[in-house]
Amino acid sequence: MREGSFRNVSGCAISGIISKSGRRFSGQLIIDSISVMHERSNGLGGGFTGYGIYPEYKDYYAFHIFYDNRTAKKECEEFLEEHFDIINLSKIPTRKVPEIKDEPLIWRYFVTPLPTKLNDSQLDEREFVVKCVFRINTSIDGAYIFSSGKNMGVFKAVGFPEDVGKFYRLEEYEGYCFTAHGRYPTNTPGWWGGAHPFALLDYSVVHNGEISSYDANRRAIEMYGYKCTLLTDTEVITYIIDYLNRRVGLTLKEVCSVIAAPFWSTIETKPQKEREELEYLRNVFDSQLITGPFSIIVGFEGGLMALNDRLKLRSMVVGEKDDMVYVASEEAAIRVIQKDLDKVWSPKGGEGVIVTVEEGKI
Amino acid sequence: MAVEYIYPDYEIVRDYDRCIVCRVCERQCANEAHEYLKDSNKMTADNAKCVNCHRCVSLCPTRALKIVKSDHTFKENANWSNKSIKELYKQAGSGGVLLSSMGNPENYPVYFDKILINASQVTNPSIDPLREPMETRVFLGAKPDRIERDEKGRLKKNLPPQLKLSMPIMFSAMSYGSISYNAHESLARAAAELGILYNTGEGGLHEDLYKYGKHTIVQVASGRFGVHTTYLNSGAAIEIKMGQGAKPGIGGHLPGAKIVGDISKTRMIPEGTDAISPAPHHDIYSIEDLRQLVYSLKEATGYTKPVIVKIAAVHNVSAIASGIARSGADIIAIDGFRGGTGAAPTRIRDHVGIPIELALAGVDKRLRDEGVRNNVSLVVGGSIRSSADVVKAIALGADCVYIGTAALLALGCHLCRSCQTGKCNWGIATQREDLVKRLNPNIGYKRLVNLMTAWQHEIKEMMGGMGINSIEALKGNRLMLRGVGLNEKELEILGIKHAGE
Amino acid sequence: MKRVYVNEKWCLGCHLCEYYCAFASTNEKDMARALKDIKISPRIRIEEKDGISFAVSCRHCCEPLCVKGCITGAMTRKDGVITIDRDKCIGCYTCILSCPYGAVSPSEDGAIQKCELCIKTHGGTPKCVEGCPNGAIVFEERGE
Repeated sequence: MREGSFRNVSGCAISGIISKSGRRFSGQLIIDSISVMHERSNGLGGGFTGYGIYPEYKDYYAFHIFYDNRTAKKECEEFLEEHFDIINLSKIPTRKVPEIKDEPLIWRYFVTPLPTKLNDSQLDEREFVVKCVFRINTSIDGAYIFSSGKNMGVFKAVGFPEDVGKFYRLEEYEGYCFTAHGRYPTNTPGWWGGAHPFALLDYSVVHNGEISSYDANRRAIEMYGYKCTLLTDTEVITYIIDYLNRRVGLTLKEVCSVIAAPFWSTIETKPQKEREELEYLRNVFDSQLITGPFSIIVGFEGGLMALNDRLKLRSMVVGEKDDMVYVASEEAAIRVIQKDLDKVWSPKGGEGVIVTVEEGKI
Repeated sequence: MAVEYIYPDYEIVRDYDRCIVCRVCERQCANEAHEYLKDSNKMTADNAKCVNCHRCVSLCPTRALKIVKSDHTFKENANWSNKSIKELYKQAGSGGVLLSSMGNPENYPVYFDKILINASQVTNPSIDPLREPMETRVFLGAKPDRIERDEKGRLKKNLPPQLKLSMPIMFSAMSYGSISYNAHESLARAAAELGILYNTGEGGLHEDLYKYGKHTIVQVASGRFGVHTTYLNSGAAIEIKMGQGAKPGIGGHLPGAKIVGDISKTRMIPEGTDAISPAPHHDIYSIEDLRQLVYSLKEATGYTKPVIVKIAAVHNVSAIASGIARSGADIIAIDGFRGGTGAAPTRIRDHVGIPIELALAGVDKRLRDEGVRNNVSLVVGGSIRSSADVVKAIALGADCVYIGTAALLALGCHLCRSCQTGKCNWGIATQREDLVKRLNPNIGYKRLVNLMTAWQHEIKEMMGGMGINSIEALKGNRLMLRGVGLNEKELEILGIKHAGE
Repeated sequence: MKRVYVNEKWCLGCHLCEYYCAFASTNEKDMARALKDIKISPRIRIEEKDGISFAVSCRHCCEPLCVKGCITGAMTRKDGVITIDRDKCIGCYTCILSCPYGAVSPSEDGAIQKCELCIKTHGGTPKCVEGCPNGAIVFEERGE
């Protein structure tokens, strides 16, 4: 059964690595980190996001697409040709790994919106791309875009994350930031598109948890044109962050104050201006509050944000060494790739850890 | 009368072994159903006068009384029920429209009783309300569609006026005239203590209650009783009453006999005149007229108060709500067909309107489909009977609920449905001084506070069970509900799955 | 000292206080058994006229005229409460005549009776206060 016809609840493992100086490192590092947390997954889903991996094509949107069959590919490519200038296209290089089965066709396109089409739509470039992604995912049967940002890409499949990493030859990529996810769903997904991370434009989310506010969040975000086709928590969280950060224009810190808003009793202790701001955010964006346990790592162009729900019902550890910052569900996943750390701590529930790459480094 | 068509429905049963002839039943029955027989030193009763209000039963110190349904019967008839026959006799006798009070008692489906709530287990922990904060605070009002920042880049408070409630429950509109001053005072004091609001109804606001203005919603109904600028400015919000769940499509009528003293003064009409609220507002014949009134009220109050528009749940309530959401109103209140009333024609009360559960589901969906859900907050009522109903209503999409009958029950009402006689033995739906005395606001308001405190606690328990710790995460969260015993169409309209799915 | 105070604003003239008072001075647990076929003579009585009613009981005056007039010393003031020693009372009825409130009355056995704030029966809140259905009778300290 495909993701999207039922709600799949899961427990998981997440990990993220970023270099504040913009230094690019191999994807093998993130594979080593997530494989230590093998017990947290059950082999039914794994995936990675890499940032800074396509420096030669960094001004173009990198679409990663799954196709069930050739007809879907043909139809999708027709749509792409009508709306975009395709600079380069190829199969995503993979290697045969016995644990990874039933692979669909996996293709990659570097595109930029056709200027005339973009003008006619009267949308800004990013909104145009989002609308096209939704069109393809909802109306072209058998085609699914699972990555749509610039100079970044998602690699995911049904399998343990370390096997998925091997399958996609992730060690051959170099980037300044990588995130990873290993899944433990309670229903059996058969479909690769449902694995994590979930991405839209350059926002990618890996998530460990189960949100109880799911339907309240979904019904509210769908009002703004987003289509929740996968019925997963990660999907709705990604859309909420895209909406609040890109469309509404809230800073990432303000986004944390919406999705993991402090309790009223905490707000009452703050100084007046801050109190009014927090009250305003909770009131206006009440449907974007996320309750239930969650531990998320959000990747975006130039940075990384790690956030826990305000009751801190899922684990998350952050470690730092020189210019590198590591986030993971367990400290072991950090120590295995960086034994000595300058600093290691567990962030408080509701407090986002936002790491950005130094200005001009990427 | 020579031929007695109507046999009393209820019989007063007295246990003579326990009756100590204290005569409290006789003294406290405004319908004079009990009598003291001096010669035999015994109490007796006339069943024809009993309305089954339980005043005597509740006050009898030895519990010697009970009221039972009379077993006097017509021949069994699944088509012509006892009720249908008796109502017909009444009309053949009086030639008049049948009048009833309180909400629709007929056997239609109660959808709240066919909906079940979720609880979290294993994959998502439930939250313990005794150890973790559990928040029930809500804000009602229109939300802005974009943020604004000042020169320093800080967020500006670009909000239209909002109502802040400690829990998602308010006391519904019940007019001064249909209920007593003491009932109003109880509601006002309870609302103030709880941090919620009560509603004046269409009878205006008594000057002694102005001091609770911060917790008052002032209503502007079609009769415009008691509406002047001070009135409008004294409340925390203004409600335009376009309709009422108990009597959609028609107006209201308070007989001249009740328009005396303070009632007349508060309503601004001469004593003894009938207070007739016309069916439409005679200055609102279309949606654009409503928009005009909304803005007139906002101008009169300097845009400092949110405006609520109250409508009855009828067949095209979703389309109507969609229009109201674009009219400048900040809050839409929907009253379902089970809503209560002081008096309404029986046939309208029992056969007109639709259930609030279905209306709410439809309106919430329609507003979201059109992208205007954030233009208004939704308040629903008619009838919310327990904290479970509140949780279900919010999960279906409401921001807040209105309670009317439940509040009156807390004050002592026994749902005898005889309000239209004006002889309420509990001091609620009457203006007779000797009867109004029976509702002591010092006791009444405390009972309301108790009820709401209990409900708030239960709501927190249910929220914690679902793994939710802030009420806004429950709003519209339909996956937390499952239907049981509902057909496909009903599930589709409610937007919920069947239990087991 | 706490006294019983009545607010005529809330008194409904239901007379329940009288029956609860009469019940309090019996030893029965069940009011029906206690008061069946009995003509009660309560220590608190309703006075009513023209739609106003009010329950009257002993005010436990600070300068009690009944104590002053008692020829046997049966009426005494103890800790603020005016109490009766029934063995000493000879039923002369001087106290009944002296009380400006009419709070004293004869009992069946000849001695007089009046409200003693239920201290000789069960203590705690007087029964008339508990039994009033409308909060018209309260038991409070008013510093008098």
